[in-house]
Amino acid sequence: MTASNEWPLWEVFVRTKAGLDHKHCGSLHAADPKMAIQMARDVYTRRQEGSSVWVVRSDQITASDPGDKDMYFDPSDDKVYRHPTFYKLPKSVDHM
Amino acid sequence: MQGSVQLRSDPATQYLLRIGDTCLILGQRLGEWCGHAPVIEEDIALTNMALDLIGQARAVLTHAGKAQGFDEDQLAFLRDEPDYLNPTLVELPRGDFAFTMLRNLMVATWLKLLWQRLAASSDAELAAIAGKALKEARYHQQHAADWVVRLGDGTPESRRRSETALAQLWPYAAELFEADAVDDAARASGLGPGAAELQEPWLAEMDQVLAEAALTAPKESSFRSTGRRGIHSEHMGHLLAEMQHLQRAYPGGVW
Repeated sequence: MTASNEWPLWEVFVRTKAGLDHKHCGSLHAADPKMAIQMARDVYTRRQEGSSVWVVRSDQITASDPGDKDMYFDPSDDKVYRHPTFYKLPKSVDHM
Repeated sequence: MQGSVQLRSDPATQYLLRIGDTCLILGQRLGEWCGHAPVIEEDIALTNMALDLIGQARAVLTHAGKAQGFDEDQLAFLRDEPDYLNPTLVELPRGDFAFTMLRNLMVATWLKLLWQRLAASSDAELAAIAGKALKEARYHQQHAADWVVRLGDGTPESRRRSETALAQLWPYAAELFEADAVDDAARASGLGPGAAELQEPWLAEMDQVLAEAALTAPKESSFRSTGRRGIHSEHMGHLLAEMQHLQRAYPGGVW
């Protein structure tokens, strides 16, 4: 197989049980969405991991630039006031 | 060297062995794809299905041997060739990917219809096995059907291979639907359907997929394979030699 006729790459998201989020768990090659879903089922849900699967073409994902990491994410390191730990919760809203 | 076991072959036992051996032998053939499939995702899918089939075989063979004091391993590994009652279709060498997918479609469609009926068997344990196996067979059928359509309606190369596979495999389907005394007894006792009863729905489901794949089933021929009666093709002995040699050489060996 040459690079030009390789199947496109898909990112796979699996939901372990109803109510939880779909979590990214890996990627695979497949010719189209239907095949990608089936392969995701076969590759990533063999050990009772899944109750629902999403797939998305990897080239459809826009990602942040690793080079921007300092600018994007470091400034939040010292902004403790953004965490809600300073607020006293009324007893009636326990377990937040 | 471990000797062979010999089962009393009453009709109910034969009926169960035909089902269990179909799963066992196709599972063995699909296992041969491990490390050889065209892409790694498909490699995993095929071995998943091989293990599904072997799981079904374990359940059915355990059930078939229980009354006579044999366990699943004795039945799977220590019978002689004429005592395996799978249809010849499943013992044919794995062929290329088009051949494997078409055979998977033929067998999965048949097993799905069979499990559906067996879920209402008068034998409660067989009914329970069928209920679980049905879900697996439905997926195997869908997986194979998708590939048969892709390959049949694909490139000139994949189409040529699909047509060749269809010409080779189709004549072996007739055996699946040949009624005999074993089937009659199963029907009478409510154990399961007779072979002929599944032919019409099987053809209907196959026709649908073949039409979508732009393939045409060959005309019916007079050829009849005879695996379900224990008379196998030349390929069966080689398959059994590979499958059995560990248990024969190291009796009772386990993981």
